[in-house]
Amino acid sequence: MENVQGKPGLKNRRDFLKYLLGFGVLGFASAVIYPVLSYLKPPKQSEVEVTSVSAGKLSDFPKDSGKIVRFGNKPVIVVRSADGNLHALSAVCTHLECTVQFKKELGLIWCACHNGKYDLNGRNISGPPPRPLAPFNVVVKAGEIIISKIA
Amino acid sequence: MKNYLKNLYGWLNERFQLEDLVKFMGKKYVPVHRHSVWYYFGGVSLFFFIIQVTTGILLLFYYKGSADLAFESVQFIMSKVEFGWLVRSIHAWAANLFILSAFIHMFSVYFEKAYRKPRELTWITGMLMFFMCLGFGFSGYLLPWNTLSFFATKVGTDIVNAVPVIGAPLKVFIRGGDDVTGATLSRLFGFHVALFPGIFTILLAIHLILIQRQGISEPMHLSEKPASEKKTMPFFPNFMLRDLLLWLIVLNVLAVLAVFFPADLGHKADLFASAPAGIKPEWYFLFMFQSLKYFPSHILFAEGEMVGILLFGAAGLLWLLIPFWDRKSARGERNRFVNYLGLFAVLFIIILTILGWRS
Repeated sequence: MENVQGKPGLKNRRDFLKYLLGFGVLGFASAVIYPVLSYLKPPKQSEVEVTSVSAGKLSDFPKDSGKIVRFGNKPVIVVRSADGNLHALSAVCTHLECTVQFKKELGLIWCACHNGKYDLNGRNISGPPPRPLAPFNVVVKAGEIIISKIA
Repeated sequence: MKNYLKNLYGWLNERFQLEDLVKFMGKKYVPVHRHSVWYYFGGVSLFFFIIQVTTGILLLFYYKGSADLAFESVQFIMSKVEFGWLVRSIHAWAANLFILSAFIHMFSVYFEKAYRKPRELTWITGMLMFFMCLGFGFSGYLLPWNTLSFFATKVGTDIVNAVPVIGAPLKVFIRGGDDVTGATLSRLFGFHVALFPGIFTILLAIHLILIQRQGISEPMHLSEKPASEKKTMPFFPNFMLRDLLLWLIVLNVLAVLAVFFPADLGHKADLFASAPAGIKPEWYFLFMFQSLKYFPSHILFAEGEMVGILLFGAAGLLWLLIPFWDRKSARGERNRFVNYLGLFAVLFIIILTILGWRS
């Protein structure tokens, strides 16, 4: 050892080898870890962009009732209130993503998971939901209920 | 027969010096005192783990881990496979009792302060296994792919989102996407049958080796007694035989529960149905679920949920690290604060579980 330390050239050479080894290990580790991490990240799957769907015939939709409609891969709740107005809202509770339902007795939209309540315009009025439900456009065309995204 | 065994032992002993190992195993003594009964819950938890691995492997022969097939394959196990209902019911019951027994084991170790120096790492490995038990419960719950499990997983994984910074990517990682879909099932299936058992086995090995190496903890009130007044029993064979007898009793209880209260299956998950009324998580998550209900939607600038999750996270961390902050017990002094804290935790869990159950 004394020999090595006595010669500064050798020490540098040793340091150089240490760095080489260190970088080698680091490079090797990242070459292993990077593909693994990338593999774990789920790939974005191309979805057909849905802009509007039909929720069925208005005549099949009694007053004071609600229904979950598939909008692409998200659920949308369509409610026909007691006075006949139609409301379409995202059915994903803003609290913890349970799917909400129309509660006839209360005339409200209700989430069973944590007792969150929204009015028919989607406003969060009681319970833990922090935000209102996102609204959708709803129109009746030739007796058919059409829901579309709000641009 | 006896001769053959003796020869086999001799053959192995000559090569691997089994005598040393037998000596190592034989020198462990179990203190005998009025709280000795709590020592059995570690062994009972171990037994449940063995049962879970065994029945889990059996279920794997028929289970199919995909959104299209999972529910039907469990239905097949329950209705077509001979004794399939029994294997699945035992797996489901043992899961619940495993967590219960792990709870009891953990609290008994806590109140006896058996985590104190020099057993800090035994406590840490035990706590990590306890958290993994909850992970096993959470991931296994989704596998039948029914309505309840679907929404439980939605809620459970969305809670992760409340964790600052890492929450959002972690949620996507667990779900295998933005939503709970078949991809989530595949991931949780992988966690449940491969990743978790692998890690758990390593932790368990460390846990058991540490206990073997250090012996079984003696309660603090005994350490003042002179050695002549202390009673012990050898672990092998006295304590182990008692352990085995208890395992037999546990197996019988399990069989009775599985036969008379078989696991049900519910309805297949429908991604476009509303969450059913009266939806609740499994009992061991109920106290957290119930307490989160009492948080308002906003506390100052943060969402109530986030504050709740952070509080639970901090409490869990404090609990995990108790051997390092309970200096008094480490010095052999009485620490009443730890007792009160433990009592508070037990009462909190019991009361909120009951409230959650009744709501």
